[in-house]
Amino acid sequence: MKLTLSEEQEMLGKTARDFLADKCSKKLVKQMEESDTGYSRELWEEMAELGWMGLAFPGKYGGGDMSFLNLAVLLEEMGRACLPGPFFSTVVLGGLSILDIGSEEQRQAYLPELIRGEKFFTLALAEPGHRNYGASSVTVAATRDDGDYVISGTKLFVPDAHVTDYLLCVASTKPRSGITIFLADATNPAIKYTVLQTLANDKLCEVVFDRVRVPEANVLGRLDQGWNAVQKIVQRAALGKCCEMVGNLQRVLEMTVDYAKERKQFGRPIGSFQAIQHYCADMVTDVDSARFSTYRAAWMLSEGLPCTKEVAIAKAWMSEASRRVFALAHQIHGAIGVTIEHDLHYYTRRAKAADLAFGDADFYREVVAREMGL
Amino acid sequence: MNFSFTEEQNKFRQEVRRFLEEEIKKEYWEPACDAWVQGFDPGFTKRVANKGWIGLTWPKEYGGQGRSHIDRLILTEEMLRYGAPAACHWFGDRQVGGAILSFGSEELRNEFLPRIARGEAYFGLGMSEPGTGSDLASLQTRAVEDGDYYVINGQKTWTSCASFAEYFDVYVRTDAKAPRHRGISEFIVDARSAGVTRIPMIDVTGTEAWNDVFFDNVRVHKKYLVGEKNCGFYQVLHQLDYERSGMERLMGNYPLFDAIIQFARDNRLSQEPVVRNKLAQLQIEFEVGRLLIYRVALVMEEGQAPNWESAMSKAYCTEFEKHLAGVAMEILGPYGQLRAGSKFAPLRGMASHSYLGSKGYSLQAGTTEILKNILAVRRLGLPSS
Repeated sequence: MKLTLSEEQEMLGKTARDFLADKCSKKLVKQMEESDTGYSRELWEEMAELGWMGLAFPGKYGGGDMSFLNLAVLLEEMGRACLPGPFFSTVVLGGLSILDIGSEEQRQAYLPELIRGEKFFTLALAEPGHRNYGASSVTVAATRDDGDYVISGTKLFVPDAHVTDYLLCVASTKPRSGITIFLADATNPAIKYTVLQTLANDKLCEVVFDRVRVPEANVLGRLDQGWNAVQKIVQRAALGKCCEMVGNLQRVLEMTVDYAKERKQFGRPIGSFQAIQHYCADMVTDVDSARFSTYRAAWMLSEGLPCTKEVAIAKAWMSEASRRVFALAHQIHGAIGVTIEHDLHYYTRRAKAADLAFGDADFYREVVAREMGL
Repeated sequence: MNFSFTEEQNKFRQEVRRFLEEEIKKEYWEPACDAWVQGFDPGFTKRVANKGWIGLTWPKEYGGQGRSHIDRLILTEEMLRYGAPAACHWFGDRQVGGAILSFGSEELRNEFLPRIARGEAYFGLGMSEPGTGSDLASLQTRAVEDGDYYVINGQKTWTSCASFAEYFDVYVRTDAKAPRHRGISEFIVDARSAGVTRIPMIDVTGTEAWNDVFFDNVRVHKKYLVGEKNCGFYQVLHQLDYERSGMERLMGNYPLFDAIIQFARDNRLSQEPVVRNKLAQLQIEFEVGRLLIYRVALVMEEGQAPNWESAMSKAYCTEFEKHLAGVAMEILGPYGQLRAGSKFAPLRGMASHSYLGSKGYSLQAGTTEILKNILAVRRLGLPSS
């Protein structure tokens, strides 16, 4: 048993941290939030040169042959930096899913260009009118037509859909939960995008498929029996969000403690008052425990061990812990922390987005209940 | 990074489980909440000792096994899972033995460690006093040198296991003029010494949980001074970090946790979303606490004394224990208030016992407030208040 990262992983994290501290200022984050695309082409290309997109893919596709655990370290740093853009959707939602369930032909066709940073991918799963994920809530339908499939319907909260090259679209192909995942060319004019105005300005989109024709060769994984794969994709995505949140919370803890040391009232640092100290103690306990539960699940996923319960624990815990951490971070920062002049709001808004993404605490508590045999 | 156990560790866990299941099968004892501190069973302690499971991490030359802190955590985790009556040896095994090992003379090590390991020397602690709780450095019990002896006068309180203890690990003032942190020393006192009086204190559950221990001209030979004279305050901080570090802070009421989940299943309550949600939340909190405690053991395994890490795990875990008792009471409804032995009492009255008993968990071995001070100052570097 060893609960700390390897030297190599520490180094990866430090390199990423230094790089992002230099290249991904809050000024850039702000610009990207306000921009139409939501990402910086220049930064994206530099990340591709560093091999980040390919980090967790096999060398034969041009990847770095590293584990999910190493990707977790990278995601943590991206969370710390509030990195905007389609890395998560391209790599975690798109690439790793293709690696998992795609045929060798599909992997050869898509992964090398993804790894080189030339193409973006994302996942179209959620639909209007549903809080959480269930096979029965998939109404976007793909019907057979002349050797192809024709997809119609509306997907919601699809990250980066407006700039993506490919959409992994979860569609119903058979009554009563026959689910299939399709890889659709996102430039098809029959697909319409609307960028939603979200709390984190993180480019979640409505995607309307209006009789979109997809060749049979673009079925990813098993026809009609894709729901297990979807669950695995959601599980990995939820865990990926936890990894980002570990970096987010760690940074917020540091900012808050630094502020408590600097800010003086009544002639002394506010961090010398027990009320503030105990808030900080509560924060660090939540941050450490969020880190351990997240990395435990990431390690298990990396090792190929079954980790449904562990991912559920990590995400449910993260959700509750981050709410408490942010309540206290704002309380300690005082009024400056609720202005846009201070950086805290970038973290607050992203934390809420992560909380809601890929299953909330209620959703995962139910998963834990099932895993407990209740 | 590796969150799993080795094959040997898994085997050891199975061995401990088999031993405990056999004990239960033979009806030597019944699983109980708080049995680590309230379950006195010299026979059990002797059988555990015969397995070599007391002083597991100590060097072999002192009767230990030289095993890892993870092994000890596995052992204690299983003891707690089965609610085993380990109170006779718990304090000696957990902290007094370690204190003697770290600070005691060779003579003291040889006198006490093998006997603790054989399950033949039971220890209680003498830290708190009527006027001395969180502010331990204010203690007033004093020891005055008289030839080869020290003469101790004063009163200790909240001493767990005192009725069964054969020795007390006592902190006393040995220099009244020195700054208060620098005038305290640690002694091992034979509980049968002339002048030692024990008065039981009953806790809110109705259990004899502690004693007041009075010292009236108690003579203790100099060789029972542990470590250096007037360095006791440093030593007690060290010992407290061990006292807080363990799985008993999370699993003291594990038999109730097990039982309430089973109760919900048996009564189909587990199909109610509200109940499912509450039990799942407890499971989540439990597993998070377990990770925090394993972190402490890994710090020790690296040869370091636990520090703020055990403050964090203890502060967190005692809240879990309270939450567990609260949820159990909610699920049982009005039956939850029934005490052990009452007509209709569910789960052998464990819920009502834990509900009341858990109020004290965040007070003993450092209040949660003190632990948060430690986290703020030692972990986060905030200025002392």
